[in-house]
Amino acid sequence: MTLLEVRELRLAFGGLVAIDGLSFSVGEAEIVSVIGPNGAGKTSAFNCVTGFYRPTGGTIAFDGKSLLGKRPSAVAAAGISRTFQNLRLFGELSVLDNVRAGSHLRLKQSVFDALLHTPRYRRTERECTAEANHWLDFVGLRGDRCSEARNLPYGEQRRVEIARALAREPRLLLLDEPAAGLNHAEKTEMLDLIRRIRDLGIAIVLIEHDMGLVMQVSERIVVLNFGKEIADGRPEEVRRDPAVIEAYLGSDTHA
Amino acid sequence: MNETKAPEAPRKLGATAPRTRLSKLFDNRWAGLAGLLIALLAPFVNASDYALSIMTSAAIFAMLASGLNIVVGYTGLLDLGYAAFFAVGAYTSGVLATRFELPLLVTVPAVIVVTVIAGIIIGAPTLRLRSDYLAIVTLGFGEIIRITANNLPVTGGPSGIYGIPSLTDSPVTFYYVTVVIVAIAIIGASRLGRSRLGRAMRFVREDEDAAEATGVHTYRVKLAAYIAGAVWGGLAGVLFAGHLSAISPNSFTFLQSALVLMAVVLGGMGSVPGVVLGAIVISLLPELLRGVADYRYFIFGVLLIIVMLVRPQGLWPARSKEALK
Repeated sequence: MTLLEVRELRLAFGGLVAIDGLSFSVGEAEIVSVIGPNGAGKTSAFNCVTGFYRPTGGTIAFDGKSLLGKRPSAVAAAGISRTFQNLRLFGELSVLDNVRAGSHLRLKQSVFDALLHTPRYRRTERECTAEANHWLDFVGLRGDRCSEARNLPYGEQRRVEIARALAREPRLLLLDEPAAGLNHAEKTEMLDLIRRIRDLGIAIVLIEHDMGLVMQVSERIVVLNFGKEIADGRPEEVRRDPAVIEAYLGSDTHA
Repeated sequence: MNETKAPEAPRKLGATAPRTRLSKLFDNRWAGLAGLLIALLAPFVNASDYALSIMTSAAIFAMLASGLNIVVGYTGLLDLGYAAFFAVGAYTSGVLATRFELPLLVTVPAVIVVTVIAGIIIGAPTLRLRSDYLAIVTLGFGEIIRITANNLPVTGGPSGIYGIPSLTDSPVTFYYVTVVIVAIAIIGASRLGRSRLGRAMRFVREDEDAAEATGVHTYRVKLAAYIAGAVWGGLAGVLFAGHLSAISPNSFTFLQSALVLMAVVLGGMGSVPGVVLGAIVISLLPELLRGVADYRYFIFGVLLIIVMLVRPQGLWPARSKEALK
């Protein structure tokens, strides 16, 4: 069953066309990677889906409902979470508070509960903390949860960002280069984490430059070049695709 | 950075960092109780009319600072016209109390309604702006309110409104009533900060895009912060009107907005005990410096500069380190 359906997506900044007729779909609990050289329009596509950019053409539907024109918080409410290419944690807030952000939409707590410290205030705060701890356990965070997020090492901050996105309890998670800047051991753990997230029944769209990771984890790969889709298929198909080799893999001997 | 500050417990890895006795002492609750105790006992040290008047003003100023802290400290929106809400509250209350001969307390619901509306009118169109533009608009708004009050017949023009009934008969009772109301307002602001909405405000301050991505409707949160700030400022205005029994546009100048902002920055943005301390320093320091007469404000300014150089994070900065429950 199709969860996310992107059709003929177009995005132009003035005369510059960033995305030119991109179509792809993501099924439930499927792991799809979006790859392509720098500037191919991968992150722009993420920003269109999550409501940060307004596409100039095409349709985006999630679970059968259009996402076009929705603000990012409404997209999040619909069940899509994301992480950012350059970590976007709330640096001066505690690690727990960062993950509590994910519970924001589900937390039934009014201003009066907060001002009067009603039993509901205490209960919702307890639940919110418990959820945050649960997701931090899930991503395997090492380090102090009570101190400022910016004090954690880089790899741990990545985990916190994913925990924050998971606390939203999304049906679709968009990961923008989750392995960037991680060392080899951390990458292996990231691979395992992505699989465990999928096992929760959450679909994942992954932008990643690390081809080893992409080939191992993806069920399907969409390849972009200059805003256009040049391939869409299973990893072994994409790997042999001449257009892909020419545009992307051929220029990168590490692949 | 000054590393000798007391309020921070040493950072330790793991969730079981022991909290020192010192950090417990500086726990907000104990600090709040100590502050309240000092405020309640102060009249026993000096209960002259002059001293009571200064202390009442300081308490009202602390309420203003705790209100502006919601906007500037929690949410990170720079507001240079906060005195406008103070004025809206004081004038609404003053006009109703003198025209219809109502007791001050009865005007409070009307003040809340009017300040909420004022907050929406100013906030709704401007909160889409980026922070620096917002600062300019709020600056302009502050001036518009003052100039409007200066020119309308109902607000008494430049001479303002006088003969506003006080809440109580004696200055001592008024001082105690003020302290209790201000204490409630400060606790309220602090509780707001530790709630779902208060967290959302901090998410907006830290990173608006990331906040949106986690489902926080940033525009609504900013508007809520603005309205809360407006209500706090307006209610402080009621106390102000009752305290002086006369108000005029001169009380609501840009300097007043700047002084409240200074209290917030000096005390430590986002930290409730900090901004209260900042407000008390800002309102009492010029009085303590009366001995040096002409140089009063010169020394006041120099002291502020020195404090900000030595402690740029504020006298009592906000802690994000969480205590374990």
